[in-house]
Amino acid sequence: MAETLDLSMFVERGAAGAARMTLAVEGVHCAGCIRKIENGLAKLPGVIDARINFTQRRLAVDWRDNEIDAAGIIKAVEDIGYHAHPFAPERLEADDSAQAKWLMKCLAVAGFAAMNVMLLSISVWAGNASDMTQETRDLFHWLSALIALPAAAYAGQPFFRSALRALRARQLNMDVPISLGVVLALALSVFETATHAAHAYFDSAIMLLFFLLCGRYLDLAMRRKTRLFAGNLASLKAEFAHRLDASGELTQVPAAALRPGDRVLVRPGERIPADGAVLGGSSEIDESLVTGETVPRAVAAGTTVYAGSINVSAALTMRVSAAGAGTLVEEVERLLDKAITAKSQTVRLADRAARFYAPVVHTTAALTAVGWLLAGASLHDAIVIAIAVLIITCPCALALAIPAVQVVAAGSLFRAGVILNGGNAIERLAEVDTVVFDKTGTLTLPDPRVDEGLEIDPEVLERAARLALSSRHPLAAALARRARERIAYPGAIEEPGQGVRAVIDGEEARLGSASFCGLAAADEAAAARGSDASFIRFAHAGKTATIAIRQALRPDAGAVTEALMVRGLRLIVLSGDRPTAVAPMANQLGIDDWRAGLKPAEKIAVIEHLQSQGRRVLMVGDGLNDAPALAAAHVSLSPVSAAHLTQAHADALFLGELLKPVERAVTVARQARALMKQNLALAVIYNALAVPIAMAGLVTPLIAAVAMSGSSLIVTLNALRARLEVTANHHLSPAGRGRLPSAARKSSEGEPPSRKSPLTRLAAEAARRPLPTGERWEVTGQQNDQTRLVRDASS
Amino acid sequence: MNVLLYLVPMALLLGLTGLVAFLWSLKSGQYDDLDGAAVRILPDDDIEN
Repeated sequence: MAETLDLSMFVERGAAGAARMTLAVEGVHCAGCIRKIENGLAKLPGVIDARINFTQRRLAVDWRDNEIDAAGIIKAVEDIGYHAHPFAPERLEADDSAQAKWLMKCLAVAGFAAMNVMLLSISVWAGNASDMTQETRDLFHWLSALIALPAAAYAGQPFFRSALRALRARQLNMDVPISLGVVLALALSVFETATHAAHAYFDSAIMLLFFLLCGRYLDLAMRRKTRLFAGNLASLKAEFAHRLDASGELTQVPAAALRPGDRVLVRPGERIPADGAVLGGSSEIDESLVTGETVPRAVAAGTTVYAGSINVSAALTMRVSAAGAGTLVEEVERLLDKAITAKSQTVRLADRAARFYAPVVHTTAALTAVGWLLAGASLHDAIVIAIAVLIITCPCALALAIPAVQVVAAGSLFRAGVILNGGNAIERLAEVDTVVFDKTGTLTLPDPRVDEGLEIDPEVLERAARLALSSRHPLAAALARRARERIAYPGAIEEPGQGVRAVIDGEEARLGSASFCGLAAADEAAAARGSDASFIRFAHAGKTATIAIRQALRPDAGAVTEALMVRGLRLIVLSGDRPTAVAPMANQLGIDDWRAGLKPAEKIAVIEHLQSQGRRVLMVGDGLNDAPALAAAHVSLSPVSAAHLTQAHADALFLGELLKPVERAVTVARQARALMKQNLALAVIYNALAVPIAMAGLVTPLIAAVAMSGSSLIVTLNALRARLEVTANHHLSPAGRGRLPSAARKSSEGEPPSRKSPLTRLAAEAARRPLPTGERWEVTGQQNDQTRLVRDASS
Repeated sequence: MNVLLYLVPMALLLGLTGLVAFLWSLKSGQYDDLDGAAVRILPDDDIEN
């Protein structure tokens, strides 16, 4: 079918027909790939420039609009042999990269100043011990001031601004004592220099800024990396919809570009791209991503349908509409608002430390000054000593203690396939004592699988699976995954709503409903497998088979739930599905505490009840109906296949077919929290040693420099242990692969090797997904539902 | 010690040149794609035979 592809939402227009688009590219892993794509595109008429950013796996193309269009460029990349996905730039990402550049500039200035001031300071320290004249010393101090004052004014901005913001909000954060320490140290040094004193603290102030900026920059770099990755992920998983124009013409548009009032055609096997009402056609839709219910629901003209449902049997036309009153989406959003406002802001460990720390330090400094005055020291000496206390306690180690661990832990989680939305999720994950799982799509795989329990001749199954390659039906897609030889039979014909038929070895083979295959609707095999499975029949050359397709547990679900229970966590399953579907799975996993048939409000109620008992709940869920529960829980995780709204409210996403990232997340978070506490303890010990020296008036700039850089290094090195320990555990992992049930290994064809980087893994996952170009759509359309992701960037 | 009056400003000027060079390289996007820069040196299709 000739269908035009409209990508205008991704294209930035410049003057005189110039256009620019960013694409996420898969499978680029060497210089050769870069060359092939860049040179291949450059040869096209109209393309001005094509440049790959290999770090980000993105391709930026500039072209002249009258000669080539966006779809043509994607097609060209496709012809070269790579998959490119148009990418809608996110504002947050742009903010992050501007912020990163700014921090880097501050860091450069602070680094330059710290080195040069230290050069002068060491000369002064050496000179003080030998024969430096006062004039030379003053010259060096003034030079230091000349370098340090402008540098601190520039490089200190991130801290000064944040401290001011906090003070305006009548709060204390870590930046308040930092800013105060830096400003006082500089002011004191200028005063001391002017009065020809022997000591100045320019080097301490500027070195402090340098260390802290390093911490800030690393923190931001980690966040940027995950955000970039999440951006690529979103574009790889973006869905396309077939929009019907007034004249009945079809245009393929990104689901995010749909507007209320648009008419959309949804073919069988495709996902409903937006909320709306059915206009024509009658079909069944699988709403498991929306409600958790696994039995398809019949829909006809007038029925409300939700984004994320899969159209099962026949083509539908629908009209996109904003969520109306009384619909499920409206209820979910109302509950979400309530849950978000009700959720008490958990105080972060760092802020709690700052709240305690700042008053203690400032009081100590004040008491020192008073003490020295009482002891008969001059006002000048008392103030100098008090400021020395402030400088030495300047929370360098304390300010690095937590971010350093966060950076390392976020990196470990990233490698384990967990993408954090925010840094403080790590702390909250560590506190968890109860894990609430959704069933459909969370404990179970997002796509149904062939039931391994039925004895089917492998030859027959292979034939059925190959025949299923020619069908768009979601059940057929599950079966098609079993095909070893992934070549569709030539001449296979799909009869919508019925099945597929093809001539194999001279005899007609049929795959589809019982009546289509000429079989009785109810047979023994079907009856034996219970009501929660769907069946496909296959008939060929006198042989028949009944193939059961059902939701299957994630291959490692048993091992992971067991490991979590061993760690003393209480596990609960809350599902929107029927009790008959939930009970067997809960039993199989050994979870006694399960509830079924829950509405979103009831899920929240259970979680709130648990939290009112003082329990800290980790909610793991993927459905639209889980979104409010995720927001209400202490911390939440979503598989990457989750509904868009749900992902937006999860603290972290996990990739792949395994449930293991959930366990890893808890393990890494607990380790990280232990390290954070250790680091805080180290910072406290450092202060306990340094403060008495400062209070006694014995601190020279040399001691301050050694103490501050020493404590920062110790804290940073301790944080790096998080990485070492995680890698060690990786090899000896207790619930590792060796213990996976055999069924897991059988169905692990799609399982991403856990040692690979998430990007490689993602590429493997996405390679099975169709692209928005016409031909590929035809060939691989039935694989569309392997990824159950709804991305609606507009919401 | 008068030599210091020449040497110290010269040392600072050299350091400042380094800083400016770094800020310039940052601004001109040379750190935007470090992995890419690492692999882009490998193909030699820019060499004319």
